[in-house]
Amino acid sequence: MSETTLGGIAGRMPKFIRRADPAVLTAFACIVLLLFLGSLYSRSFLSPEYLLQQLKVASFLGVIATGMMLVILLGQIDLSVPWSVAAGAMMACAAAAYGPAGVVLAIPFGIFCGVLIGIVNGIGVAYLRIPSMIITLATNAVAQGLMVVYTGGFSPQDSATGAMRYLATGFAIPGVPNAVIIWALIGAAMVFVLTRTGFGRTVYGIGNRERAAYLSGIDTRRVVMIAFAVSGGLSAFGGVLLAGYASKAAQSMGDAYLLPSIAAVVLGGTSILGGRGSYLGTVAGVILITLLQSILSVMQMPEAGRQIIYGVVIVAMLLLYGRAPASR
Amino acid sequence: MKDWRYWLAEQRGTLLALGIFIVMFIIYTSNHPAGFTANVVQTAANKGVLLAFVAMAQTLVVITAGIDLSVGMIFLLTNCLASWLVVGTPMQTTLGVIAVLAVGLLCGAINGAIVIYGRLQPIVATIATGAVFYGIGLLLRPFPGGSVNEDLADAMTGRVFDVVPASLVALFAIVLVIWVPFSRSVLGRAAYAAGSSETAAYMSGVPIRRGKFAAYTLAGLLAAIGGLFLTFFTYTGDAAYASGNAYTLFSIAAVVLGGVSLFGGKGSAIGAIFGALAFRTIGDLLFVFDFDPLWQPLFQGVILLIAVSLGAFALFRVRNRLEWFL
Repeated sequence: MSETTLGGIAGRMPKFIRRADPAVLTAFACIVLLLFLGSLYSRSFLSPEYLLQQLKVASFLGVIATGMMLVILLGQIDLSVPWSVAAGAMMACAAAAYGPAGVVLAIPFGIFCGVLIGIVNGIGVAYLRIPSMIITLATNAVAQGLMVVYTGGFSPQDSATGAMRYLATGFAIPGVPNAVIIWALIGAAMVFVLTRTGFGRTVYGIGNRERAAYLSGIDTRRVVMIAFAVSGGLSAFGGVLLAGYASKAAQSMGDAYLLPSIAAVVLGGTSILGGRGSYLGTVAGVILITLLQSILSVMQMPEAGRQIIYGVVIVAMLLLYGRAPASR
Repeated sequence: MKDWRYWLAEQRGTLLALGIFIVMFIIYTSNHPAGFTANVVQTAANKGVLLAFVAMAQTLVVITAGIDLSVGMIFLLTNCLASWLVVGTPMQTTLGVIAVLAVGLLCGAINGAIVIYGRLQPIVATIATGAVFYGIGLLLRPFPGGSVNEDLADAMTGRVFDVVPASLVALFAIVLVIWVPFSRSVLGRAAYAAGSSETAAYMSGVPIRRGKFAAYTLAGLLAAIGGLFLTFFTYTGDAAYASGNAYTLFSIAAVVLGGVSLFGGKGSAIGAIFGALAFRTIGDLLFVFDFDPLWQPLFQGVILLIAVSLGAFALFRVRNRLEWFL
């Protein structure tokens, strides 16, 4: 296929499609395809209730993937998601056990713990120059160790507060789950930060070439540090919401969110090398992953089959449009 | 400079790991209730060798400036497979061992093909293939179970001449058969060159693709050998997600302790072996000092955090701030 025909076709398309990233378009096309396949399997797939339910489930992943995207845009990665999620959930539930003040402070305290994990990551990556993949694995192990010591190796007995349950399962606006509203708010804030503020431009700049950003007078280390803190905080907030959804925290509740959050960001067209990507793509990636999970569970695929299909789909989609340029 | 000083500079990481291991092992055995006996050494060796194999696998990939987050899952998958195949008559057992090793090679080759020829980032690609390997392992063993040829297992986990742990002998043999030829071959040099500077290596006509592919493939094989030994020790196959993740994580810790640079091109599998043995010994120190086992994950996590932070000392040698940004 030649460039000219592609350009010719694109030239006749509406402006918003011409400007869109092919990866984002592919992701949305895959969503439509999945919905189509699902509707062949069962009629109820296209019902508003089912779609809204999927959106609600997607919003937990969406909140976590938002933080992951910020870090990936820097060209780094945050592998401490599993235990940031679990620590946020467990600490929020634990705070709730300490009287009325604890109940009020439960959510901020959970998020605060996630931010702390993120700050340790940020110090390691930005100031000690340790590869992010390694330091975040290490803080993940430390967070796990702390939680194991705290809980005694069992799932904690403290339950979520009313506010946490309301945020995750309530309806402030009739018909729209609160979790979806929260995701929309966080997403809107992220879009604003990335496109309208200096901080956002700096993030893209560092992702493209940290050296150049540094030479332009940007305190790159502070930006990297803040991004990791935000990522940790959002992971923990996702954990708080999940705890509210299940009304308690569990040991391995975060394990199921590491691969999906990275996959959602990368499938949405954000370059894993950093510096390129849009939040719209991440939204598409999150919905795509959630729908895939949902279809597999509706088809009563066992856990083993789900893991296999999941890995294969991610590799296949990345091979479609996530490849690095050919050497030199 | 004299030759031996070059050699010393090259082997500094390995020797440091060896030193840490010896010090830790002396502390361990001198506080162990049973003291320095063949039994204590055998148990410690059997635990350490598992991690040593996985760490060797990780080293091969890390040398090429990549990372393999699926080694723990290949380890689990081959464990589950071995609990089906490595049984029966000596002939069947031999075929089973060969099949298990072949599957490990295949897993490594898949990783290599996706990363090198598919041009995907090793982190994401190996997390995804790790999910696939874990899924297959879970299909093979939804519940822990299975069996293994116990004569072979006992021979591999016992002692040679009643003194030397057989697993250490096996580790030594594997190093001689796989690591030494690889690191001295053209492909091994290509793997080092690719990790050190891919552009320069490419310009010099080094076969970097084949070198990296060989590294990923052999990593799969080494992880499979680890899985085989796990089966010999436990007599069962068990697809435990947490255990696979832990081995991946610990393999990175062992590699770092063993003086292998995570930026590629520097270090050796011998160092990683000592790193693995040291890491295991440090983790077990808690037991001889009678701490609550609940503290072990935290203790290991803190060691890992300290180990990876040691690399930050290189910052003191940076003269130009621009060198912060590679």
